[in-house]
Amino acid sequence: MKKYSQLTAMLAISKASFRSITRSPSAVVFTLLFPLIFILVFGFLGGNGITLELGIHSGSDGKNEVYDALKNMAGIKLIEDKSDDALYKELEKGRIDAVLNIRMNPDAEGPRYFLDMQTSEASMDKGSVLQSVMENLVNQLNLKDVKPAAKIAELRPSRVKGRKYSMIDFILPGQLGFSILSTGVFGTAFVFFNLRQTLVIKRFFATPIRKPFIIMGEALSRLVFSMLGAIFIIAIGYFAFGFTLVNGFITALMMLLLAAIGLIVFMGFGFIISGLAKNESMIPPLANIITLPQFLLSGTFFPIESFPSWLQPVCKALPLTYLNDALRKVAFEGAGFADISSHLLVMLLWGVIAYALATRFFRWE
Amino acid sequence: MSPANAVIKVENLTKKYQQLTAVNGISFEVYEGEVFGLLGPNGAGKTTTLEIMETLREQTSGKVLIHGLDTTTHSNEIKQLIGVQLQAANYYPSLTLLELVDLFAGLYNQQPNPEELLKMVALEEKAKAKYKELSGGQKQRFSIATTLINKPKVIFLDEPTTGLDPQARRNLWELINNIRNEGTTVVITTHYMDEAENLCDRVAIMERGKIIALDSPDNLIDNLVASGFERIKSVKKANLEDVFLHLTGNEWQVE
Repeated sequence: MKKYSQLTAMLAISKASFRSITRSPSAVVFTLLFPLIFILVFGFLGGNGITLELGIHSGSDGKNEVYDALKNMAGIKLIEDKSDDALYKELEKGRIDAVLNIRMNPDAEGPRYFLDMQTSEASMDKGSVLQSVMENLVNQLNLKDVKPAAKIAELRPSRVKGRKYSMIDFILPGQLGFSILSTGVFGTAFVFFNLRQTLVIKRFFATPIRKPFIIMGEALSRLVFSMLGAIFIIAIGYFAFGFTLVNGFITALMMLLLAAIGLIVFMGFGFIISGLAKNESMIPPLANIITLPQFLLSGTFFPIESFPSWLQPVCKALPLTYLNDALRKVAFEGAGFADISSHLLVMLLWGVIAYALATRFFRWE
Repeated sequence: MSPANAVIKVENLTKKYQQLTAVNGISFEVYEGEVFGLLGPNGAGKTTTLEIMETLREQTSGKVLIHGLDTTTHSNEIKQLIGVQLQAANYYPSLTLLELVDLFAGLYNQQPNPEELLKMVALEEKAKAKYKELSGGQKQRFSIATTLINKPKVIFLDEPTTGLDPQARRNLWELINNIRNEGTTVVITTHYMDEAENLCDRVAIMERGKIIALDSPDNLIDNLVASGFERIKSVKKANLEDVFLHLTGNEWQVE
């Protein structure tokens, strides 16, 4: 007897399942159309980008080039009428994104001004954006000066290059993350429920393929479909709306890899639901329990800093928060895997929880 | 059927579900090249017996050998030797028949000729139709086609004609006879006695998990007649089904 190849059998399932997915309207809507609509809407709406709120420290020197430049910059709102105490309180809550203190350099050596900027963990996204913006500004100012030795100002060094953070840079990773979440949860739950209910899986059992390969075959097709969806979303964003891919192709690849990791984690929830659901109409409510809170609270549409502080711990516990944030960091700041290791760790932890429960609840028959 | 060569040996097979004993210590053999029928009312244990032979279920006790291989220890080898049609099993509904043949070709690591396979079950014209667009009879014929992909020694058919109209049933009988004539052993469950009488070389009649009779349909009928049984109603030379088929035709129907 010829040696039986589980891999051949698995790929046969992937191929059939992939064909099946591409003919399923809901999969196409969730993976492609839904995110695309939001990207189009926000892409056309958000020409000017988001507003960054920068508190000006009371000790600041008020009459200088840096201040003037900031004052005239679109997208930055300076807050000057508050006490330092109030500023720092706001900063802690993430209501403002950074506090800037412009100090004159007393020495003759070095730059004319030191810009001490404090950002906050409550507003990490915008804080780091502000940092990029400031860096950019300082570079521009310094270039204007004819004598390179006499710099006008110095910001503390940072790897981030200054670039324009527009609405698409915020909205696209969120939409990608949410698309991954919904295909992972809804798609997996429906498919495995239906395959079980209509005995398609049972017919597979009667062939020599082993059970884990059936799951892997199905998962692979979903992964390929989602990755194609992600490529499509990123490409539309990049070419039509100027979505920032800091390191170009490599950045896009890293985003895909992150999306793949996210999908595998979220599929675990789909497996749980497919096992828990007693009938098909139970799947949407169960899946919504998983997806809806994350849709709202994981920084898909609004930065999580815009939620009240008592809600922040909830936001910071959700896996999609970390996928979205990691995607943004990779795309806009050029973060490497070392920089987002804590994000990956939290997602991994959720993956372990999900699959531990999935093996408990998943049913073959 | 002699000299009889047993492809399947079932010895003292028992299957218990908590309180219920679905199969209660049955033994029988299926000979190579025959059509073997498992008959009985619903709940008699036909499907359970079948699924244990198909290695889809494990028995509580007893032994099943397929081609000399034990179902509990060699399920993967056995799966390569058998073809299985399940009661009410489905396929990806939006895939075409050719795509589904492709799927099962992969699952069995085989390279069948899809057109030939579909022609055998008279579905060659439906090759590009989606599975969900088929009629009940066509679905059953396709389901049987998937059992033939790995050129099995034995195929198992679980109530293949339940819910079909008379023409579709006759078509399926013809198909099953063709498969047998190619040398494949067929194990079939049914609760239609005319079907068993028409198709089966031997039948086992089951009731409450036990086999209460096992012989050829002819012998079973002869034995009953010999015991002095007489039909109350005199037998006419045709019945209503003959009338129906005569009037509506017995061709492969464009269903």
